[in-house]
Amino acid sequence: MSLLSVRGLTRDFDGLRAVDGVDFDLTPGEVRALIGPNGAGKTTLVGMIAGRIVPSSGRVTFDGRDITRLPAHRRMRLGMAYTFQITSIFAGLSVSENVTLAARRRVRGAGLAGAVTQALTRVGLEGRADQVAGDLAYGHQRLLEIAMGLVQRPRLLILDEPTQGLSDGEIAGFQDLVRDLAGEVTILLIEHNMAVVMALAHRVTVMAAGHILAEGTPAEIHANRAVQAAYLGGTDAADR
Amino acid sequence: MKVLALHLGLLALLLAAHFLLPAYHHGNLARVMVLASYALAYNLLFGYTGLLSLGHALFFAAGMYGMGLGVQHLGLGAGAGLLLGIASGAVVSGLVAALALRTSGVAFMIVTLMFAQAGFLTILHFGEWTRGDEGFVLVQAGRTLLGLDLSAPGPRYLAALALFSVCLLLSLALVRAPFGRVLVAIRENEERVRMLGYDTQAHRFAAMVASGTMAAAAGAVYGMLFGYVGATFASVQYSILPLLWVLLGGAGTVLGPFIGTLFMFYLIDLSSGLTTAYMLIAGVALVALTLFAPQGIMGEVRRRLWRGLP
Repeated sequence: MSLLSVRGLTRDFDGLRAVDGVDFDLTPGEVRALIGPNGAGKTTLVGMIAGRIVPSSGRVTFDGRDITRLPAHRRMRLGMAYTFQITSIFAGLSVSENVTLAARRRVRGAGLAGAVTQALTRVGLEGRADQVAGDLAYGHQRLLEIAMGLVQRPRLLILDEPTQGLSDGEIAGFQDLVRDLAGEVTILLIEHNMAVVMALAHRVTVMAAGHILAEGTPAEIHANRAVQAAYLGGTDAADR
Repeated sequence: MKVLALHLGLLALLLAAHFLLPAYHHGNLARVMVLASYALAYNLLFGYTGLLSLGHALFFAAGMYGMGLGVQHLGLGAGAGLLLGIASGAVVSGLVAALALRTSGVAFMIVTLMFAQAGFLTILHFGEWTRGDEGFVLVQAGRTLLGLDLSAPGPRYLAALALFSVCLLLSLALVRAPFGRVLVAIRENEERVRMLGYDTQAHRFAAMVASGTMAAAAGAVYGMLFGYVGATFASVQYSILPLLWVLLGGAGTVLGPFIGTLFMFYLIDLSSGLTTAYMLIAGVALVALTLFAPQGIMGEVRRRLWRGLP
């Protein structure tokens, strides 16, 4: 039984078909990477799953429930969490207040402070709880963004390019964190860094030009000629 | 604790002023407190939620006319008139919010401005009851509350202080409650709040009704204390004034609206004693303040002295 199931999902933008009839399933507890060249439709697909973008047609089912018509905030309440590609924190508020806002939908009263501290500790920001979020270094802002996702205890955590702009050391820390979470929460990861994808993903889905091009284990995807073609601009073009 | 002491300290200071100030300033301060209550209402929506309304005069006037027309034509007492005024504000702001919140940014400013103009013209249109531009002087029955004659300076000052205290403490409680923190988050980054699972539209609606209702309470009390109900208070000028007061005092601070209203009131009062071109002096002072303290007086205090100031 899949946690998330997408059928025939399509989205047109003024005649351009960004996502074209995509079928897609996530099994509970897996770490799935979604990769593909720029403009492949990854962010649009994930936007439709999270409710940020209204599909032109198709259906999204989460935990057996049709959520195609639900607004984003209702989907988040069902157990999704979404972290943004471009760091999207509350820059004027303190680090702990950022996480508190994310936590408050789930916990109220006595457990709140504990839940916030726990999430900050998990990403290694516990010493910076009182800093203004906008003053944090970029890498730390990315980690704060992840802490805000974690504290919601989602069943599906959607991470849109979480390692973009992180240093090697920070990427290693991020990988440990995701390995730690695997099994506990289902993770959908949009990622450009192939080393991260190969190290973390149980399965990989490749998108190109609005379609799903291939799906399989990291090793299978690594060996897939069609995927290499999509990334390198096509063997035909290279031959000529 | 420190925060509560500061705000209660201001209220205590205002109470002490009641016994100490000479008559002229005593009367001024009563007016400033009522107008500052209006500014506090405006600040809830503008300073904390980040919605710039150009139509708050409609809510102020809804309170004033709800009270005034009730007293004048329905024969209500002051207490019932006050409640009718506040209820009018709640209903009008609910209706306007339901429509205007479909827009945002500049469109929201224009839609609220248009609604307020429509309200202003409606008041003129029903001149038979509202006496249009000229307005009407409130009958004495509408100015006696709980046995106190609100047209006398003493009770008037204390009534103004009571309204201001309620609005100030309510604002403080609201912005420190989880609801208020979500409003601030919406101001900072609405999309992120939505993706944390909050119904941002419902929060903005509630903020606008709270703001409109508080503005109506200020309008009703203003009419009652100063005995006059007129269409000027529904004009665009009275939508701009709270914006100015809040900007001067510091948007998104609880004390800012009072400081801004007091500052602007005395700026005009003092400069008009010096020259007939007093708006020139006021204008220069405003430009200087926006240049050197763009976050307003209390905003500057927060930036330099006390980051945790609510």
